[in-house]
Amino acid sequence: MLRALAPAPAMAPGAPSSSPSPILAVLLFSLVLSPAQAIVVYTDKEVHGAVGSPVTLHCSFWSSEWVSDDISFTWRYQPEGGRDAISIFHYAKGQPYIDEVGTFKERIQWVGDPQWKDGSIVIHNLDYSDNGTFTCDVKNPPDIVGKTSQVTLYVFEKVPTRYGVVLGAVIGGVLGVVLLLLALVYLVRYCWLRRQAALQRRLSAMEKGKLHKPGKDTSKRGRQTPVLYAMLDHSRSTKAASEKKSKGLGESRKDKK
Amino acid sequence: MLLLLLGIIVLHVAVLVLLFVSTIVSQWLVGHEYAADLWQNCTASTGNVHHCFSSSVNVWLQSVQATMILSVIFSVLSLFLFFCQLFTLTKGGRFYITGVFQVLAGLSVMSAASIFTARHLEWHLNSDYSYGFAYILAWVAFPLALLSGIIYVILRKRE
Repeated sequence: MLRALAPAPAMAPGAPSSSPSPILAVLLFSLVLSPAQAIVVYTDKEVHGAVGSPVTLHCSFWSSEWVSDDISFTWRYQPEGGRDAISIFHYAKGQPYIDEVGTFKERIQWVGDPQWKDGSIVIHNLDYSDNGTFTCDVKNPPDIVGKTSQVTLYVFEKVPTRYGVVLGAVIGGVLGVVLLLLALVYLVRYCWLRRQAALQRRLSAMEKGKLHKPGKDTSKRGRQTPVLYAMLDHSRSTKAASEKKSKGLGESRKDKK
Repeated sequence: MLLLLLGIIVLHVAVLVLLFVSTIVSQWLVGHEYAADLWQNCTASTGNVHHCFSSSVNVWLQSVQATMILSVIFSVLSLFLFFCQLFTLTKGGRFYITGVFQVLAGLSVMSAASIFTARHLEWHLNSDYSYGFAYILAWVAFPLALLSGIIYVILRKRE
């Protein structure tokens, strides 16, 4: 019964379609209806550490019950290639019990906090012989049924940069730079076009002013206009600029209309 | 005109296919009884995990992966922009943005292949190898992408 309870949350969604026997189906059905009693323990899949440095083994859990005073955490260690798991750490009744004789003698530090559902430990002064699997087991009475979670420790001479950091940085960086340049080019072009348009508007306004009210300031405007025309003509075609400057006043006005 | 358009699109799609294949296929380095690529290099030789991962190794390999992905992204973007510009561009305009992105794709794949050529010994410890076809495809994709990009820039739109 207890064995069947543990995998129930994972199996429950697909259970009705794939259950082979009615008894099992009824069992699963009752399990689904009753509040889930299983405790779920979470750890990393694997951690990397450098020789001589400390590494933190995180362990947390989810439980349907409140965190009780009788909560206990147990860390077990199975060396790489070894068959037997040995207990290296136990926390119970608010008191951590640390391995005093084994390979992790005086190297384990308790950094967890039951109130925060945290059962993490730190292993100091890593060595290559520490490679192996660490199992975190949590009991939160009365919620004691559940799977343990395992984390595999790899000890390196030098910890490799985490995969994807450089990849992401290069892709993000290049894309960012390209987008920035694109935005900049468009901004410059936009500003340029706006300036051109403003120039055009000012020019036509001047022309209108000259046409409609040939008052006293005509002479001043008349002196300014050819310069502006020359500027515009340069931007369009330098070849025609000079002759337009000399005789182009009338023509341009015709064009505008 | 239609033939030219078709030719350009075919060239672009060919570049895209080359980039995809060379990014994905596990044939960058082939040896006696193995094949390595950008993604499964280290995990393939799990016998000696400690030496497989080393920071400098990872950095260069990751930059190769990144530039290959970038080239695919740029080329796809370029194709997309080409179709956009095909309908929005005024008559006589040039496909500047399309061309720029395609040239960028070409430059990316070139840098990927160059980095791989220069640095693959750092993470590939087996001395018995030769370059696979995916590596060659990457080098073929580079001039084609560049050519296609230049054609885009030179080309004027005709209605």
